[in-house]
Amino acid sequence: MSQIAVAAPSIRPRRTGGAFGDKVFAAFALAAGLLVLVLLGAIIVSLFIGGLPSFRAFGLGFLTDADWDPVQHIYGAAVPIFGTLVTSVLALAMAVPLAFGIAFYLTELAPPWVRRPIGTAIELLAAVPSIIYGMWGFFVIVPAMGDYIQPHVIDTLDGIPVLQDLFAGPPFGTGLFTASLILAVMVIPFIAATMRDVFLTVPAVYKESAYGVGCTTWEVMRSIVLPYTRTSVVGGVMLGLGRALGETMAVTFVIGNTNRITANLFGSGNTIASLVALEFGESETGSLKLSSLLALGFILFVISFIVLAISRLLLRPRVGGRT
Amino acid sequence: MSTTMVETVEKAGIGPMTARSDAALHPARISIRGLDFFYGTNKALKSISLDLPEKQVTGMIGPSGCGKSTLLRVLNRMYDLYPNQRAIGEVLMDGENIIAPGMDLNQLRSRVGMVFQKPTPFPMSIYDNIAFGVKLHERLSKSAMDERVEWSLSRAALWEEVKDRLNASATGLSGGQQQRLCIARTIATRPEVILLDEPTSALDPISTLKIEELIDELKHEFTIAIVTHNMQQAARCADQVAFFFIGELIEAGPAAQMFTSPRQKRTQEYITGRFG
Repeated sequence: MSQIAVAAPSIRPRRTGGAFGDKVFAAFALAAGLLVLVLLGAIIVSLFIGGLPSFRAFGLGFLTDADWDPVQHIYGAAVPIFGTLVTSVLALAMAVPLAFGIAFYLTELAPPWVRRPIGTAIELLAAVPSIIYGMWGFFVIVPAMGDYIQPHVIDTLDGIPVLQDLFAGPPFGTGLFTASLILAVMVIPFIAATMRDVFLTVPAVYKESAYGVGCTTWEVMRSIVLPYTRTSVVGGVMLGLGRALGETMAVTFVIGNTNRITANLFGSGNTIASLVALEFGESETGSLKLSSLLALGFILFVISFIVLAISRLLLRPRVGGRT
Repeated sequence: MSTTMVETVEKAGIGPMTARSDAALHPARISIRGLDFFYGTNKALKSISLDLPEKQVTGMIGPSGCGKSTLLRVLNRMYDLYPNQRAIGEVLMDGENIIAPGMDLNQLRSRVGMVFQKPTPFPMSIYDNIAFGVKLHERLSKSAMDERVEWSLSRAALWEEVKDRLNASATGLSGGQQQRLCIARTIATRPEVILLDEPTSALDPISTLKIEELIDELKHEFTIAIVTHNMQQAARCADQVAFFFIGELIEAGPAAQMFTSPRQKRTQEYITGRFG
């Protein structure tokens, strides 16, 4: 009895100190969590308020109007929205198969001594600042596209319906396609690194049991690894899409920056981010132009949200059934 | 030392103690001769020679790390997935050395099926879990596939429990059901040999009993090798028992003889629970 009485006081103060510390820490963690919500809300609200004069002036027509005329103060977002979506989707179409190939090779096929150098190289690629990609695109890819690839492709596809319209016009080297190409190179490391990491999380025993019934490496990837990691793979792709949608500098360098919609992928255009980057410095405070740029920012935000929502929808747990 | 072991096995045949066993009735389905196995530079199996008699159950026992699971992974070349693992020697099946470089692994693995310690249902429906492996090797009509699925689920004593929910996800089954599903999946491709790597160690006693009864049924059609830590299980299921210790095959012989009068002192000590 007396032993307990002696022992108890020496423990108690430390417990209360711990409980107080717990409370402080819990409050701190809560505040950090809430800060994310507050920040997100603040950005949306400030963008919306900034864009409000523009929305008032043009209404829903802002979304469909293809004019961007600072002289007559007519602003429409159709062209940059079009450019943003086209370049991003095209970039993903090029990047996803390649990134999958990289991840597949690194996790299933490559000999161990190759895995580390290539894996590191991919992480380094992801760390290259976008301005570098922009300059590289402008000084290397654009001339190469203009001098060799575009003339060749245009000549080859001439006369083939649809394709000849998609790839036509004077070969300047810049344009939507070149921008997509640069974007693809930029998002490949993100998607490939995510895919590699999630492929590695599949328990070996599942792969072994698939090999055990006689699967080839590809069949194991398609039937076991991909279904297991589907959620994270789509997540990785969305991460890439998010980067492609918002990428500014690299795109501004190579897209040509003209405000027109064209079916020709070699033609020049612009994206929301590139237009904002170019015009922001020339906008007076309080002008309708500045408001329109903020409205564009708001729209980009909304597009990103929609992308996220769609990915969530795609990722609903699949109910069992014969596939 | 290992040669005398082989002689012991061969002389003893499959054993007069088990009723239906006879060396002539049960010729070796797989013959392992002088097999060495390496994890990097670490030698995990030392000059193993052992026959797996056709349509018999061979139980492999021994303390953890003795190499019995490693031996199973040689028999369907699962070790091939990992660099730095290699096998040297002969593992003969139909006169062909299955550990030789030119072997068609997908073909081999459809002939030598494997069930793992943990149930590993694929992320798909019960029906597809069975059909998956079959589709890899055979082109069956819808009705033939339905038949095959029912056949293998029935053989695995699971049909009655799942026939009304074949389209439900296999991951919703209980552990014991999942393991029987894995067995059904393995026999669905009609292998010649089935490897069971501690198939009941993650299961409750009732599921274990069902699997053991199943093994008894399956040996009429398949050659079976089972790795187990459970002496009683080896005694109940196996016709032939092989005792491994630190990478060596200490002794192999008919189950009854192994458990009543083992020739080697270490076997006796292990069986009576003095070590391991």
